[in-house]
Amino acid sequence: MDAATQSQSTTLHSSFRYKLISFLGPDHVHAAAPADAVAGVQPKMIVAPGNERELAEVLRLSNEAGLAVIPRGGATKLAWGNPPSRADLILSTARLNEITEHAWADLTVSVEAGCTVQRMQETLAQHGQRLALDPLWPEKATVGGVLSANDSGALRLRFGALRDLIIGVTLALPDGTLASSGGKVVKNVAGYDLPKLATGAFGTLGIITRAVFRLHPLPRLTRSFSVATATAEETRRFIHAVQNSKLAHTSLQARFESGAAAEVDVLFEGTEAGLRAQETHLKDLTETAGVSEASPEIWNARQSLWSSLKPESTALAKFTVLPAEIEKSMETIAKSARARHLEWKGVAQATGIGWLRLEGGAKDLRVSLQELREQFERGTGSLLVLHRPAAMPSIDAWGDAGDALPLMKAVKQQLDPKNTLNPGRFVGGI
Amino acid sequence: MEARILDELRAIVDGRGLISSPEELHTYECDGLTNFRVMPHAVLLPSSTEQVQKIVRVCHRERIPFVARGSGTGLSGGALPVENGIVISLARMNRILEVDFPNARAVVEPGVINLDVTARIQYNEFFYAPDPSSQSICSIGGNVAENSGGAHCLKYGFTTTHVLGLEVVLPDGSLVHFGGKTLDTLGYDLAGVFVGSEGTLGIATKIILRIVKRPECVRTLLAAFPSTNEAGAAVSGIIAAGMLPAAIEMMDNLAIQAAEAAVHANYPNCGGLLLVELDGPIAEVETLMTDVNEICRSNGASEIRVAKSDAERALVWKGRKAAFAAMGRISPNYIVQDGVIPRTALPKVMSEIERLSQEAGLRVANVFHAGDGNLHPLVLYDRRVPGQEEAAEILSSNILELCIAAGGSITGEHGVGEDKKKMMSKMFAEPDLMTMQRVRSAFDPLQLSNPTKIFPTPRLCGEKPGEYTPHPLESAGLAERF
Repeated sequence: MDAATQSQSTTLHSSFRYKLISFLGPDHVHAAAPADAVAGVQPKMIVAPGNERELAEVLRLSNEAGLAVIPRGGATKLAWGNPPSRADLILSTARLNEITEHAWADLTVSVEAGCTVQRMQETLAQHGQRLALDPLWPEKATVGGVLSANDSGALRLRFGALRDLIIGVTLALPDGTLASSGGKVVKNVAGYDLPKLATGAFGTLGIITRAVFRLHPLPRLTRSFSVATATAEETRRFIHAVQNSKLAHTSLQARFESGAAAEVDVLFEGTEAGLRAQETHLKDLTETAGVSEASPEIWNARQSLWSSLKPESTALAKFTVLPAEIEKSMETIAKSARARHLEWKGVAQATGIGWLRLEGGAKDLRVSLQELREQFERGTGSLLVLHRPAAMPSIDAWGDAGDALPLMKAVKQQLDPKNTLNPGRFVGGI
Repeated sequence: MEARILDELRAIVDGRGLISSPEELHTYECDGLTNFRVMPHAVLLPSSTEQVQKIVRVCHRERIPFVARGSGTGLSGGALPVENGIVISLARMNRILEVDFPNARAVVEPGVINLDVTARIQYNEFFYAPDPSSQSICSIGGNVAENSGGAHCLKYGFTTTHVLGLEVVLPDGSLVHFGGKTLDTLGYDLAGVFVGSEGTLGIATKIILRIVKRPECVRTLLAAFPSTNEAGAAVSGIIAAGMLPAAIEMMDNLAIQAAEAAVHANYPNCGGLLLVELDGPIAEVETLMTDVNEICRSNGASEIRVAKSDAERALVWKGRKAAFAAMGRISPNYIVQDGVIPRTALPKVMSEIERLSQEAGLRVANVFHAGDGNLHPLVLYDRRVPGQEEAAEILSSNILELCIAAGGSITGEHGVGEDKKKMMSKMFAEPDLMTMQRVRSAFDPLQLSNPTKIFPTPRLCGEKPGEYTPHPLESAGLAERF
C-alpha cells in the first residue's frame, strides 16, 4: 500500500468509526488489538452490535464503504480457513446471546448466534434435553460460530451433523437484508433450505444472527467401553464387527498415535436393561482383546489434540474418508508421518471424519500434509488444514472443491457481490 | 414448438424417447394434484445423463422452460408442465448403479422407485429409511425434489438426511457434483439446498444415498383414546419421558371409519387412535414399550394392543397408509391438506378445525404424523351439491392459515409446487423470499427449470386448491400414500 492510499484508508476508517460510534455508542466500537488478528491479518476495529437489526445495519454500512468484515463469535476457530485477503472490521455477535425460546414440549430451541453452546445446553438440560452435538470448546464456542464452521464430534454417528439439527436460520446479508428461512417446526418443506446453505459456509454468505434447532432428550444412562487393539488388522476387524452388528451405539472412535497401539471406544445411551444387553453383545463380538468400561473422558480425545500445542512445530488437520476406511487412513497417516520423522496423534470417527495432530519440522509437516491430502482426495475424501506453524511453507487450507466451485462462486456473487464477508478465507478463493 | 427444435430433440433421445402426439401428452398434463392441468409441447424420456445434458442445452439455447418429472405422484403440482415448455421424464433412468454395504451407501439414478432400493438391499439387513406412503410408485428423483418424508422420519430424518451426494445437470446443461460418498465435502452444502428445491435448480441424474442397518427389533402399539386430545396428551407424555419412537401416528374417528371400511385393519372404534412404533435392541425396546403402555393408560386409553406378528404389524400400517384413498368410502370427493404445527398446539388447532368444519357444514377427517406435528386434514365434500366444492377449498385453505398462526408451516412433505405458492408470502416475508430467489438465480439465471413453482405470483383466475384423486395403483390397493 503506498502512502497516499494508506492515508486515504486511514481517513476512511476514522470517519467510518465515527459513524459507527454515533450509531452504537462508544462502548461497542473499539480499535482492534494485536490479539484480534485473524490468521495473521490485523483488522482495524471491533464492533459489537446489540441486536440483529443493528448488526445488519453495521454490515450494510461496511459493505457500502467497501470494508471487509470478519464475523466473530467465541473466536475459538477464527484461525481456521485461509487468512483473509482483507480485514477491516470484526463484527462480534457477543451481545446477541439470548435463548429466545426453549419450546421443550416441542423439542425445539430458538437461540441467538452469540450464545455459547454450553450456556444453551445448560438451559436445555433443565428440561432434560440437549442439542445432540459435541463441538469443540463448548464453553466459549458460540452457536453462530459452530454453525459456520460446521463443527461436530462423535455424537454425529447417531444424531447427524448440524445440517440435520438446524431447522431455521436468520441471516444478515451484506446489503442489510435480514432473511429467515426454515421455521420453528421440525418437518417443513416450504421454500429453499437456507439453514443448510449457511451451515459450514464459514460466514462468507451472510452472518447468522439466529438459529432454531430440533432437540433430543438427554440420555437416561450412558456407558462407554474401550478396546485396546494390538494390530491394524485387529482394529479393522473390531470396528467392522461393531458397525455390522445390531448394536445401537451412539458413537465410535479410534484413537491412534505414534508409538502406541490404537484404542477403539464405543458409547451407548439408553435404559439400564438395554445397556446391560448391549454390553453383553459387545463383549461377544471381540475374540481377542478385552473390552473394558471406560471413563466418559475418552470422548474429549478430539479436543485434547489441541492441548499443550507448540504452535511452531505442530500442524492440525481434519480429514474425511469413507467410513469403512478409517483404519486404512490411520495406516496412511502413520506411514507418511514416519517417513518424515513426525510424531502423530489422531482420532478417527466411525462416520469417516478424523482429526490429526502432527509434530515435527515445518517443511516435513508441509510435505506430509500435502501427501495425505492427495491420498485422501484420491478416495473422494479431503484434508482440511486447521493450524500450521507460521514458518511452514504456505498451503491452501482446503484443497480441491470439485466441479461445483463455479456455482459456489455464483452463489457467493448473489449474496455478497462485493466480497465483503471473510474475503479469501473459504474454498477456491471465495 | 418449431419443427427443427422438435427434430433436434428427437435425435437426442433416439426417436423412441420423444412424445409429441396430443393423445399421449395427456398423461403428462398433471401430477397427483389433478385440478391443475397444462399440456406440454413435448415429453422427453432420456436414458442417460448425456441425453439430459443435451436436451437441457437445447432448452437453454432456445429459452424453452422445462419441468423434470419422476413418477408424477406429487400432491402439490410440482411436476405440472409450464406453458410453452417441455417435460423431461426421468422414468427410463431407473438403474441402481451401486450398492456399497461396508460404507452404507447406494448410488441410484433418479427414476429408481423408492421401495426398490430397500428391495435390493434387504437381503443384507439394510433398508432405505425415507418412506413416503407412495413409496411403491414414487421415484427417488421425485423424493429429492420434494424432500419427501414419511412416517418414520420422526426418528430417521427426511430425504435430505439420506442424500449425501448428487450429480446434477444445471439449467445451462453443465454437469456438476454436490456432496459425495464422504461427509463434509468442501464448500457450500449445495446438496442440502438442492434437496427440496422442487425441480427449480436443475435435474438430478445420479443420487448417492445413505442406507441404514435394520434394527434388531420393531414393536408397534395401538392405543384407543376417547378423543384426539387424550391421544395428544399421551404423545406429549412419551416425548416428555425422553423417548424418540420410530413413528407416532394419530387418526380421528372419521379417519378410522374410512380405513376400516377400506382395508379392515381391525382398528378399535374410538375418538382418537394412536400408533406408536419403537425399534432398536430388544431389551431397550421392551423396557420402553412398557413405559409407552403405562403413559397411554394413564392418559385414558381404553384399549391397548401390541402387534403380535409381522402380519399384524403390516395390517396396522396398511390401515394407516390407506387412509387418504379410503376417504372415497365415506365421501364422494375430498381435499388432502398438508400442514405442520408445533405438536403442543394440537388441541387448540383441532378444536379450531372442528369449529371451521361446523361453520362450513363439511366433515374433516384427520390423519397426523403426531410425533412431528404434521397434519393431514382431509376435507370431505360432494361436488354435486352446489357451492360445496368452493366451501371445501376455503375450509382447506383456512386450515393452513391456522397452521401458520400456530407457528407452523404450510407444508411438511407434499411441497409448495403450484398449489401453495400463494401461501408462501403468508409464511415468509418479502426479504426471505427475495433471498431464496437470489440463490435460485445463481443456479438458473434464465429461470428455465420449473420456473413457475414455489414462489408467489399475482393470483391468477381459476387458481384453486384441489381435490384428491387416488393414483390408479392406489385405488387398486397396490400402493398407498400419506
